[in-house]
Amino acid sequence: MLGEGLLKGLAETARNFAGSFVSKERLTTVQYPEERHPLPEASRNFPFLVYDGADWEAGLRCVACQICEKECPPKCIYIEKSKDKKPDYAGKLQIYPTQFDIDISVCMSCQICVEVCPFEAIKMDNEFELATDDRFGGLLQDRKQLAKPNEYYHKIHPTEAAEVDARLAEEKAKVEEKARAAAVAAAAKAAAAAPKPAEGAQPQ
Amino acid sequence: MTNTLDQIFVLLKHWIIGFLPVWLQPIVAALLSVVAILAVFPGLFAISVLLERKGLGRMQNRIGPNRVGPLGVLQPVADGIKALIKEDVIPYSADHVVHFLAPVMLVVVVFMGYAVLPMGRNMTFVPMDAGLLFYFAMGASAELTVFMAGWSSRNKYSLLGAMRAVAQMISYEVPLLMSSVVIVMMTGSLSLDKIVEVQNQYTWGLPHWFVFTPMGFAAFVMFAIAATAETNRSPFDLPEGESELVAGYFTEYSGFKFAEFFLGEYVAMLSISGLGATLFLGGWSAPLAILNVVPSWFWFFAKIMTWICFYIWMRGTFPRLRQDQLMNFAWKFVLPMTLLNLLVAGLWRFMGEGFLRWVVCSAILLSAYIIGGRIGMRSKKFGPRSYRYAE
Repeated sequence: MLGEGLLKGLAETARNFAGSFVSKERLTTVQYPEERHPLPEASRNFPFLVYDGADWEAGLRCVACQICEKECPPKCIYIEKSKDKKPDYAGKLQIYPTQFDIDISVCMSCQICVEVCPFEAIKMDNEFELATDDRFGGLLQDRKQLAKPNEYYHKIHPTEAAEVDARLAEEKAKVEEKARAAAVAAAAKAAAAAPKPAEGAQPQ
Repeated sequence: MTNTLDQIFVLLKHWIIGFLPVWLQPIVAALLSVVAILAVFPGLFAISVLLERKGLGRMQNRIGPNRVGPLGVLQPVADGIKALIKEDVIPYSADHVVHFLAPVMLVVVVFMGYAVLPMGRNMTFVPMDAGLLFYFAMGASAELTVFMAGWSSRNKYSLLGAMRAVAQMISYEVPLLMSSVVIVMMTGSLSLDKIVEVQNQYTWGLPHWFVFTPMGFAAFVMFAIAATAETNRSPFDLPEGESELVAGYFTEYSGFKFAEFFLGEYVAMLSISGLGATLFLGGWSAPLAILNVVPSWFWFFAKIMTWICFYIWMRGTFPRLRQDQLMNFAWKFVLPMTLLNLLVAGLWRFMGEGFLRWVVCSAILLSAYIIGGRIGMRSKKFGPRSYRYAE
């Protein structure tokens, strides 16, 4: 009969209306600022700079090689090199950035800077609540705002951070091995060089 | 006591104008009524917008607005402030005068309809003998303002929306009038006060509402359909179909003029609900004789709000009709049914008192409904859409 479907439809919406008051499964709304879904581990947004240890300025892994600055498609990174040097994680003396700015209003979160960085210094953050009422200053982040500890990196991307740490440890071990080998070689050389004058003196 | 409460607004008005000189009294009395109407119905508009947003949300298993104030009850206030502080943009090539006049006229015309609605015992602003006629004259003027808005905007979406609105509103004006004529035939009066008086009688504690008679019920259903189409409500919201026409005839309106259209639409909805309640649901009369202790104006507003809730329910349920379905439904189903209903009303009158006329009239209407529905369903016009060009 005409109108049967209309009544069926009205009954359905009425059921939904009443159901939304009694059953929790029906109301799927997550009321965002108060409650939120946990972010998936793979979620990523703008880049940040990783530092080791307690002091952010001393621990920055970045060596101001400027590869990311050159590779950045929208050119949102600005780096200034330092004149002096400081030791990196392996103890080697490196220059460091005196200025490292990322304009997140320009950044497109393409992750190319992360992929090109040979020093594991820049990584993707999952912070997305970066809205500000200061259009120009608020969206230009300097190195202090960008610097975040390695522990934070472990917290947001645990698997990836563990891999990075393993790789860095391996490299550090290699460097140390090399240094030790070099030291041993130098010592051997020195040891070899030391008796030489004696040998040379022998025929005299 | 009951009587005082029932007449409290009338007594209040008389008390206020008692302080004034005699020559000023009629003017101030009129002004007071106007102010009351202008204060109460926009208030109800705010309530119904909130109800709509919350109710629709619940029907779609959402929460609805819940940020402004406790449970979101201040949402209409926030909406109002937002509309007021927005920039008022007038398109460069628009007809400025008509563009400005359209929303103003809509609001004026829509509020004029309230002049004849009896909102309680002795609470009609203008107790006019031809009240129903006046109401429909005002209702028809709303179509003009809609077309003014669409035409003056110089926007194809506006114009399309206005064209659809005019076609739809004129088509449904006919069944709307025809279904009301049944009530006029039954009461023999165009005065809405008289219509309510006739319904305000009780047999065994039950009211003599026209909705409880066969042709009254048929007319009620037809009136409800036509009223939905008249006020451009879902499922008949083609003139402002968001998915196809941006916002229809008020696409080019912003700021307070947009709010005026919004207000006009809801106030028209409230007013046509008021008319429907007056014609079929006994206006301000109580649903049971013992409930007459409750003030009459309470019943009027309760009926309006019930009607509004039903509108919201329909909006949450039905998808929008297509233009040809809309027209076919109006001209091929609703109009013949209302014409038949007129005949049945005459038959009812001439069959005299007794049980027989109930059976005969109900049987005629029910069979016409079933046969009409069968024919309508069988014809291709109501069937699923065939995509001739967009395959």
